[in-house]
Amino acid sequence: MQIEINGKKQIIAGKTAFEARAELGHETDIVILNGFQIDRDCPLAESDTLTIIRKGVMPAQEELESMMMARHTPEVHKKLKQGRVAIAGLGGLGSNIAVMLTRIGVGHLLLVDFDIVEPSNLNRQSYYIRHLGMPKTQALKEQLQEINPFIQIETRTVRVEEHNVTELFSTYDILCEAFDKPDAKAMLVSTGLAKLPEVKIVAASGMAGFASSNLIRTSKPLERLYLCGDLENGAGIGTGLMAPRVQICAGHQANMILRLLIGREDI
Amino acid sequence: MKLNGQIIALEQEQTLAAFLAAQQYDIRCIAVERNGVIAPKAEYENIWLTDEDSLEIVRFVGGG
Repeated sequence: MQIEINGKKQIIAGKTAFEARAELGHETDIVILNGFQIDRDCPLAESDTLTIIRKGVMPAQEELESMMMARHTPEVHKKLKQGRVAIAGLGGLGSNIAVMLTRIGVGHLLLVDFDIVEPSNLNRQSYYIRHLGMPKTQALKEQLQEINPFIQIETRTVRVEEHNVTELFSTYDILCEAFDKPDAKAMLVSTGLAKLPEVKIVAASGMAGFASSNLIRTSKPLERLYLCGDLENGAGIGTGLMAPRVQICAGHQANMILRLLIGREDI
Repeated sequence: MKLNGQIIALEQEQTLAAFLAAQQYDIRCIAVERNGVIAPKAEYENIWLTDEDSLEIVRFVGGG
């Protein structure tokens, strides 16, 4: 029967996943069938997707991408690979969202930030000591390429202002607002909704401090605007930004982006 | 008039700018949709509200 094994269509004699593993690999290899890692043998059907991974062995380049994406159902992977997402602001939200979208294999990312990495960023943003002083665009791209070399990453080290919103973002499916300052958030959302009629915006408001995780939610206040956060807890004097709630909010944004890319528009 | 889905009484004829000021919104930190269309900030002074209008106001707080 013909099935896809490690990214390639192959004809095998075996009728079960473990028979296929015996044919092609070793008894200790990990077997992932249609997105799920199995520890009991399962029958195979035509057009199944099987991944067989030998632990501790660096796979060939042409097999690596299918192994990395083995936990996704195959149709999901194809949609994500075609996805185009722009991230405006690479701080606690944007850097962590970019890492998540890279892990799930979103095919085209645009990273936009004018700033450099500073020590006060490290409490919540996805950067390391070695990145201090580097432009965030460059420091983040370097990490993303190490996580998933099979996606295209564009960077723009500029400040986003009303006049460059169209030029920067008009060719993307989704614009992720990940700024820190509330006036910059409002400017990008207003301008984006007015000038980019095809683009959906996933924005954030309210994730400072250490109030309950459960206050952070995703809402859809306007037709093409998805908003994540508790809507109340702004950063201010005496209320800092900390990794857990910022990452919870980043997770909400990344999951909403994932849902939109696979065609789910409800929150 | 409708404000964020709730019906409210418009006390008098007023511009969007005056309404937002009376409601104590910081206009730098909000996005306003009027009857399904984004209202540009520069137009707030020129938009006169009527009972038929429906406003959605999204307020942003800092942090990211």
